[in-house]
Amino acid sequence: MEARGTVFKYGDNVDTDVIIPARYLNSQDAKELAAHAMEDIDAEYVKKVQPGDIMVAGWNFGCGSSREHAPLVIKTSGASVVIAKSFARIFYRNSINIGLPIMECEEAADAIASGDVVSVNFDTGTIVDETTGQTFQAQPFPEFIQKMISAGGLMNSIKENR
Amino acid sequence: MGMTMTQKILAAHAGLEDVTAGQLINAKLDLVHGNDITTPVAINEFEKAGFTEVFDKDKVSIVLDHFVPNKDIKSAQQSKQCRLFAGAQNVTHFYDVGTMGIEHALLPEQGVVGAGDCVIGADSHTCTYGALGAFSTGVGSTDMAAGMASGYAWFKVPSAIQVVLTGSLPERVSGKDVILHLIGMIGVDGALYKSLEFTGEGAHSLSMDDRFCICNMAIEAGAKNGIFPVDDKAIAYMEGRTERPYTIYEADEDAVYDQVIEINLSELVPTVSYPHLPENTHPASDGSEIKIDQIVIGSCTNGRMEDMEAAYEILNGKKIAPWVRGIIIPATMEVFKECIKRGYATAFIDSGCIISTPTCGPCLGGYMGILAEGERCVSTTNRNFVGRMGHVKSEVYLASPATAAASALTGYITDPRTVNKEN
Repeated sequence: MEARGTVFKYGDNVDTDVIIPARYLNSQDAKELAAHAMEDIDAEYVKKVQPGDIMVAGWNFGCGSSREHAPLVIKTSGASVVIAKSFARIFYRNSINIGLPIMECEEAADAIASGDVVSVNFDTGTIVDETTGQTFQAQPFPEFIQKMISAGGLMNSIKENR
Repeated sequence: MGMTMTQKILAAHAGLEDVTAGQLINAKLDLVHGNDITTPVAINEFEKAGFTEVFDKDKVSIVLDHFVPNKDIKSAQQSKQCRLFAGAQNVTHFYDVGTMGIEHALLPEQGVVGAGDCVIGADSHTCTYGALGAFSTGVGSTDMAAGMASGYAWFKVPSAIQVVLTGSLPERVSGKDVILHLIGMIGVDGALYKSLEFTGEGAHSLSMDDRFCICNMAIEAGAKNGIFPVDDKAIAYMEGRTERPYTIYEADEDAVYDQVIEINLSELVPTVSYPHLPENTHPASDGSEIKIDQIVIGSCTNGRMEDMEAAYEILNGKKIAPWVRGIIIPATMEVFKECIKRGYATAFIDSGCIISTPTCGPCLGGYMGILAEGERCVSTTNRNFVGRMGHVKSEVYLASPATAAASALTGYITDPRTVNKEN
């Protein structure tokens, strides 16, 4: 599986309150929620994002609340993958559970700039910054998690084991 | 190799003799929990996957607390969905308006959680129950759905940071100051994926309400869970609240920790986290130039009886600054009732504050105390991210109930040790 798109770059500790502010959580409609993705730190994001685009950030991406609405709005907004130096643990679980690809890669998160065109291969973990020509290698998922992803997420893997 | 307290609980629930950090396990759950924001999403996933029955109606809890009494039609729809599901599944621990409280204050108070339990909750502050010697951690809605369906959850066994507490807390310094101080030391990802295991003679000196507050904010350091050893105070707290047997686990003598941090409680001072991260800690005494518009005392972090006592001690017989809006929210109906019984409610109102029935409302910028552009709030809640309590240009300063109450009196961030000492 591969993805290619333009990069939206953010800093460290991007929290779930800025990914999707709680004032909108009286709804569970993914499309309605996605219209507000990132708006408190980047009001332009939802206007500019194109299907396949890539989010790049620093340490502890998705810290804060357990709201699954956070990875959901990123996915629904069109982003194909989040590349970060590290992820907050609940966000990490939630992303796998709902099928938002995420990759941990410190070097890529440092080197890639906003607006760069980047392509990603999820199977090999290779990240290529086409704008600069640099190539990076992300940490692969543990086998257990790869199996869950190929089963189509957590609920499907639970069903299979029933 | 020895195991940490958390690893012992996880090993027992995975049916294993021992586990090591990094190991992936499937653990049996004693409780699967959700609230009015996360449960509707979990119900959808549960039903979409074709499940019709929860694994054990006594081991699921649903608490409507974020937007109740409902703030608008959409939140009413979400509560209704939870209510119908809880009714259809005959969920034993379902709490609606009238019996509800803020989940992480309510479930320990009602004896729904206890020592040795393995708990997941679709709310990040589920880590609170570590105060009782349980392993409990926050997850998302799909994990809740899978837990409700199967009674199991997968975990990567965490390594741990041992926090050795010595001494005892000085007057008007509380558990909130301990956890803010710790987050200031290690940062908002200082314990990422790890357990925070509190120990030492100082740990035993802390009240249960202080321990709940400390474990509650373990997530603000990125931790998977926070946990305290089970001592006489914890046993006394659980007695009379639950008939369910509990199990006491202890860390092995030779348990391995990634890091050991020592904190002398006697040296701590009232601490405030400035915007926009809980790690931006400062002594409250440095904030005397910062003028505020609102204080909030409440939440799953600081809405318990001792928090109300701390606020009462400072507000009783005084008036808050005329430009400050004082919002006090007891976390459960029991706490609310006790505030009325002890005369705190009257004292709070006479001081110029309002009292609300339990809700998470202002903490997450839902309702009941939203901030306008440029406004500042001293809040006993747990997060001060951009836009957390309202406008993106508003500011939240995290502090203890004593500091929030003292700041309400002066209208500026204030060290509680400097005000209203005669009470």
